[in-house]
Amino acid sequence: MVERRDDYHQCYEGKIRIPSGCAVAGFINKTGERVNGGTVAEMMALMHERSNGLGAGYAAYGIYPEYRRAYAFHLILADHRTREEVEAILARNFRITEEHEIPVRRTGRYKKAPLLWRYFCDPLRLDRDGALDELLLATTMRINRLAPRASVMSCGQDLGVFKGVGYPEEIAEFYRIDQYRGYSWIGHGRFPTNTPGWWGGAHPFSLGEIAVVHNGELSSYGTNKSVLENFGYEMSLRTDTEVMAYAIHYLRRQNMSWPLVAKVLAPPHWAELERMAEPERELAAALRRIYGGLLMNGPFSIIVAFHGGLMALNDRLKLRSLVAGTSGTDLYLASEEAAIRQVCPRAEEVWPLPGGEALICCAEEESACHVA
Amino acid sequence: MIRTTVGGRAMKVIESKGVHYRELNREIRRLVAAGEDRLLLRGVNGQRYIGAGLRGTARLEIEGTAGNNLGAMMNGLSIYVHGNVQDGAGNTMSGGEIVVRGSAGDITGYAMRGGKILIQGNAGWRVGIHMKSREDQQAVLLIGGKAGDFLGEYMAGGTIVVLGLDIPLQQEREGANPLIGNYLASGMHGGTIYIRGRIPAWQIRGQVQSELTTPEESPQLRSWIEHFAAGLNLDCSALSREIFTYLTPQGARPYAHLYDHSA
Amino acid sequence: MPRSLILPEFLVHRDEGRCTKCKACIRQCGFGVHAEEPDGRISANEQRCVNCQRCVVMCPVSALKVTANKEIGRENAYWSAERLREIWRQAESGGAILTSMGCDRNYPVYFDHLLLNASQVTNPSIDPLREPMEIRTFLGRKPEKLSIAGPPGEERLAGPLPPGVRLEMPVMFAAMSFGSISKNTVLALAKAAKQMGIMFNTGEGGMNPALGPFWDHMIVQVASGRFGVDSAYLEAGRIIEIKIGQGAKPGIGGHLPGEKVNEEIARTRGIPTGADAISPAPHHDIYSIEDLRQLIYTLKEATDYQKPVAVKIAAVHNVAAIASGIVRAGADIVVLDGLRGGTGAAPKMIRDHIGLPVELAIAVVDRRLREEGLREQVSLVAGGGIRSSADLLKVICLGADAAYLGTAALLALGCHLCQRCYTGKCSWGIATQDPSLTKRVDPEAGAERLVNLLTAWQHEIKEFMGAMGINALESLRGNRLQLRGVGLPQNELDQLGVKQAGEAM
Repeated sequence: MVERRDDYHQCYEGKIRIPSGCAVAGFINKTGERVNGGTVAEMMALMHERSNGLGAGYAAYGIYPEYRRAYAFHLILADHRTREEVEAILARNFRITEEHEIPVRRTGRYKKAPLLWRYFCDPLRLDRDGALDELLLATTMRINRLAPRASVMSCGQDLGVFKGVGYPEEIAEFYRIDQYRGYSWIGHGRFPTNTPGWWGGAHPFSLGEIAVVHNGELSSYGTNKSVLENFGYEMSLRTDTEVMAYAIHYLRRQNMSWPLVAKVLAPPHWAELERMAEPERELAAALRRIYGGLLMNGPFSIIVAFHGGLMALNDRLKLRSLVAGTSGTDLYLASEEAAIRQVCPRAEEVWPLPGGEALICCAEEESACHVA
Repeated sequence: MIRTTVGGRAMKVIESKGVHYRELNREIRRLVAAGEDRLLLRGVNGQRYIGAGLRGTARLEIEGTAGNNLGAMMNGLSIYVHGNVQDGAGNTMSGGEIVVRGSAGDITGYAMRGGKILIQGNAGWRVGIHMKSREDQQAVLLIGGKAGDFLGEYMAGGTIVVLGLDIPLQQEREGANPLIGNYLASGMHGGTIYIRGRIPAWQIRGQVQSELTTPEESPQLRSWIEHFAAGLNLDCSALSREIFTYLTPQGARPYAHLYDHSA
Repeated sequence: MPRSLILPEFLVHRDEGRCTKCKACIRQCGFGVHAEEPDGRISANEQRCVNCQRCVVMCPVSALKVTANKEIGRENAYWSAERLREIWRQAESGGAILTSMGCDRNYPVYFDHLLLNASQVTNPSIDPLREPMEIRTFLGRKPEKLSIAGPPGEERLAGPLPPGVRLEMPVMFAAMSFGSISKNTVLALAKAAKQMGIMFNTGEGGMNPALGPFWDHMIVQVASGRFGVDSAYLEAGRIIEIKIGQGAKPGIGGHLPGEKVNEEIARTRGIPTGADAISPAPHHDIYSIEDLRQLIYTLKEATDYQKPVAVKIAAVHNVAAIASGIVRAGADIVVLDGLRGGTGAAPKMIRDHIGLPVELAIAVVDRRLREEGLREQVSLVAGGGIRSSADLLKVICLGADAAYLGTAALLALGCHLCQRCYTGKCSWGIATQDPSLTKRVDPEAGAERLVNLLTAWQHEIKEFMGAMGINALESLRGNRLQLRGVGLPQNELDQLGVKQAGEAM
């Protein structure tokens, strides 16, 4: 462990910038064993200093086993009139099988929290491959157009996002996330700089089966946005992470594997690329030529959650920190090592993730976690 | 692939009916590259770009109506069409020959700088625009019937001949020559044009010199008519004493007076 | 011939104290201004002077100065000296006034109302001297989806990509034909393009055989005159560019005055020596958008789909809809040439009164293509008035993939923008075919000047990018959030898709 830290400093000296910004954390159990949200909340609480109370949130996978096949829409709504508008949008493409307010503790400053609503829905019609992704995309975009009155926190099967304005521990408490049990969790504490601190702007950002927490700022936001606008994505939520989530969603819709998604977001430098062997080089060059506009430029570390797995990725220059740790079949990810040690003092291995190299962790048996 | 014998010579046959141009042209390119020297395209109907950009000495015979830009940018090949061709045949071609048993559409021979186009029937509007030549390349466009307006616009080199076979030169409106439309030779600054019959000044737009000649008097004109007759297997001997109007540019800079070139 | 009423536009001042009568000025002037009088004095015929500064620069004892002659009558803010001269000239010649290079009138320059961004704290700036800074880009069509084969971890490309061309920096030399510029100038551009890993463009004048070694860096142009277009030409180029229009003269044809058409040029173009080389205003095989598709696919068929086909248009008022049509017609690259784009010869009124600044053209086309979901399929190239690395970066942020440099490249070779290319007398040896003048541009030395210019710009681009915290050019394309407008009304900001300076991200 100590050796690794030394390597880390030698390799990256001169590349690490002053740490600032957000905190991210993630957890997955590779056998699909479910744990409550307390663990990830504790990791986030330790990194309190990295947020400024203007946004926090969590995404959990495997939390709705009794509704596995339903699409769970988690919504932030200004009032009941907006809720009716949103229901009308949902009803165009979905049949709502169950709906209720997400259970929260409305105490203190959260007495004025927005309406937080949950719908379990079945799609009305699916006539071709990929139609569902398009349906979720179109519905989410349509609802988000109402922002800030309405925004979609998440809309996937057997997963949910819980987020809002506050410190990570406040949001955990507010949503009672210790009441949910999931096999995979990601968490975020926000230090917003260039977007207002509002409920819809908190992380994670989610679309379909993907949820993302992100630390950093994307200098490429303008380019990423203009590329995604070609493909039906609308950036209504005014934050960088939105493009990150949509870019990943778009690339997955192109049937791209996770390692290739990572290669688009943080591609090898041209000089590296030229040292690669064929056919890897040819593919990497093509990815960069075709999807260069989705390269994420500027400092970032992200944790992406999906059914049955997590992906962690740093920008190519490693301008943000991200640390991984393992214990048995558990994998932990966090902006700071201490967050991992806090919940897993006996972690077998803890290591910093290098720049531009994705760590992808998939459940040992996909069926353990996947929606059947 | 079928092999057939036409006129005692073996030809490869490509059944073209309903085949997309992209596929058809890929097959032609493949066969020409493989050294096939005689191809017969059967059932062609509107496929574009046949022979485009090809080089070599292969002969292509086409049955049906050839689509737009037949033989465009071609440099070599001889294409023989048993039927009509649509617009743009021989567009920007620099070598080879296109022979059309029927008629040709608009823009035939646009900017061609070499090679020959022989049309037994009529040609459309804007034919032979901006033809060119240099010492080793002469663009030649021989039309058996008549042509529309703007024939030989911007002509910079080469030869256009309009024969008007079997078309009586009765002069209808204001002494018009029926073999051509209006605005003949607009902006012509090189090359030569021969039109059977006399042409009133108002039909000519360009600043050209206009003289009269006959195939008997002009060995050059005679040789083009002979080439046309041979290429299409026609008897054109009746033309030998017909009067032709022979047009050449007055100067190389038809529009110089429109501009103030002073420094 | 009646006496001209026009006073000379420029005055030549000779310091007789310094002048050694070496006659360098007489030899250097392409326009025949300086002459030796029978008494040994050197006189100047100022009527001929175009203020190209060649004699001033080359005078070994700095005895010469050329200044504008402002004294042509009472000053009048409305009837400027230039307007008066135009009227007098036309009253004498009866001709449309010719000119060269780009529009020089005082229209708003949007580049000069746009400011770039830099990182402070929330994301770091990057030091371009120590960390990788990538400015490579590609031009060509992109598939809607990359087809990939093989299991995860062993993926490979399932098929070939559409043809594309790599640029080591996002600039190319704009179309300038052999004819409008000298062979030595063409060679200097070609050599520099090869050395810098970018492209040069033959323009519409055909291909000189001396360009053989530079085919890999050559764009061949197909214009309405089709000069020099044959299968060998199409095969030689890496990109085929259909020229519909040019920013300096939208909607009118090309015109290489006969003065410049010597034997070699006549042979390359297939026209008589001394003839005006005329390109018709339209391509006569393109009278509609479906005809453009036909020419695009003729060229693709003729080259077996091995080369990207670009379509270059002058930026005009309806440019967004036209560009969308061009993409739908099958073009792989769309080139927009703005109001400031140069030319070897154009009627002055046309040059100065038609068109659209390239900044606006790129902005509105990029937006329209995005709205229609087409932008990611094609490349967009900006031309017309890129003066510096800052202009280049701004136009990329507005949505261009790369930009053409024409005027800037000629300036690097010595051009002083006298705007008299059409006379064929260029004293700098660039826009002339007179062998006594063309030798003034040495292809090797010229290439070195061009390489120096681009190397300097490269460094500046990297510094700009580093400041913005962006280390790959692809993250800059269409990144309007890196731009802010100053001194522009809201509707102009809206057309540019740029926020007012002071507004947050």
